[in-house]
Amino acid sequence: MEYIFHILILLSIYGILALAQNLVMGGTGLLTIAGAAFYGIGAYVAAILATKFGWSIMAILLIAPIIAGLIAFLVGASFARFRDDYFMLATLGFLMIFNTVAKNWETFTNGSFGIAGIPKPYILGFTLDMPMTFVVLAIFILIIVVTVSYLISRSSFGRALNAIREDEDALQIFGYQTSRYKLMIFTIGAAFSALGGVLFASYITFVDPNLFTVNESILLWAMVILGGIGRNRGALIGALFLVIIPEILRFIGFPTEFAGLMRQCIYGLLLVLLMLYQPRGILGTYKL
Amino acid sequence: MEKEKFLELKNMEAGYNETKILHDVSLFINEGEIVALMGPNGAGKSTILKAIFGLIPHTGNIFYEGEKIHPAPDRLVKMGIAFVPQGRRVFNNLTVEENLEIGGFFLNDKTECSRRVEHLFHLFPMLHEKRREYAGSLSGGQQQLLSIARGLMTQPKLLLLDEPTLGLAPKVVKEIFQMIKTINKNHKTAIMVVEHNLHSLLPITHRAYVLAHGKIVASDTGPVIAQSDILERVFMGKI
Repeated sequence: MEYIFHILILLSIYGILALAQNLVMGGTGLLTIAGAAFYGIGAYVAAILATKFGWSIMAILLIAPIIAGLIAFLVGASFARFRDDYFMLATLGFLMIFNTVAKNWETFTNGSFGIAGIPKPYILGFTLDMPMTFVVLAIFILIIVVTVSYLISRSSFGRALNAIREDEDALQIFGYQTSRYKLMIFTIGAAFSALGGVLFASYITFVDPNLFTVNESILLWAMVILGGIGRNRGALIGALFLVIIPEILRFIGFPTEFAGLMRQCIYGLLLVLLMLYQPRGILGTYKL
Repeated sequence: MEKEKFLELKNMEAGYNETKILHDVSLFINEGEIVALMGPNGAGKSTILKAIFGLIPHTGNIFYEGEKIHPAPDRLVKMGIAFVPQGRRVFNNLTVEENLEIGGFFLNDKTECSRRVEHLFHLFPMLHEKRREYAGSLSGGQQQLLSIARGLMTQPKLLLLDEPTLGLAPKVVKEIFQMIKTINKNHKTAIMVVEHNLHSLLPITHRAYVLAHGKIVASDTGPVIAQSDILERVFMGKI
């Protein structure tokens, strides 16, 4: 039973991350690789504020999205001018900077050793230290993110984002300042990713820079593409598949030292196969 | 007293990066007029529309209702100028209705927006039939009508049409010109149109400018241009 709750928690965290990735990459067509960076920023904010300054995780859940959003707003203000592959490279650069900072700013991040002993959330006299209780918080946050994502998709703001994905120049003809829209969704996506990061840090109680590399961003890409680009439900289905697959591998009995590598191979293979045979993903109507 | 020119360009030069396309272009359009810009490929017709709309930088002056303006799409849309770009550029994965709503961006009033959508459905019954279909599923001609209708969402006083019949079947071309005439007549919308289909266009235009190599080489009323040999000379490369 404990194991099922563990899976549900991972599903919630990746569901949040995939939805955030989908808003930016699927809904707006911004090919961001910075997903893992904002996820990491959330996790590190949680780790640093909780272990070094004694903040509670519940307070951090409020402040981390604001910090990540602020950083996204500042870097996004210059990124919003880029398009397509240039945008992708800029976000890749940002992820690398984040990683380098996490590895080298030892006073705060402990460098490659990472930060251990991150506390569990404490709410109304209860510590959510069991998967059974933690899952309630994780699902609650997932529900908030799902709701906001749906509201965005159905609003005129969401429609404009879709139109940016389709033809940004044409949209500008009607008076839209598209860079503002791109900046806004980039910021919102970063805030959501940070929520996933805080949950992750507090659940695993440990962060290190290797958890937030380009591999993690590629995993988020795979989730969005697998589920169907631009569909919220697709992002959730993609997260479901890609969280469950490694668990199945575990049951098949791969030795642990291979399991991690196999996982990467399967994600890579899956992306190639999807591009070849099902470029629109399971639910999607659009191609990258 | 001379009638005030609705939109006027004076000594405009414009181009892309280092390449200058337009050389000292001056032209105007009066209220409620249909003005055609004609000329061979690369003459700079579309460039004029793009420069008016602020999509590419220019030197020289643009006057709108007598006042000098510094064009940028968002400002021009609010002033009552709409641009229907070449190649239709509808949003394929949005429905017909959503495409129209995008055109009404600066209307903050939702009921006004849907009132205008309904009005356009009345004007373009075909779009009404297909209101919930994806724009990508429409035929080329239908997409062009959608693109024009989308431009009309702001109820512009001046419509800039860039090659509205490009790649369309002759029957559809006729329909598009009929629509341009109707819009001009019913709404008193001034229309500046870049076109290749000279024979269909000249009868409905009030005036026309002929361009070659980024310069205006002739300007007159539609019938006079039609009877002169200027178009032949321009298109044969004699100018």
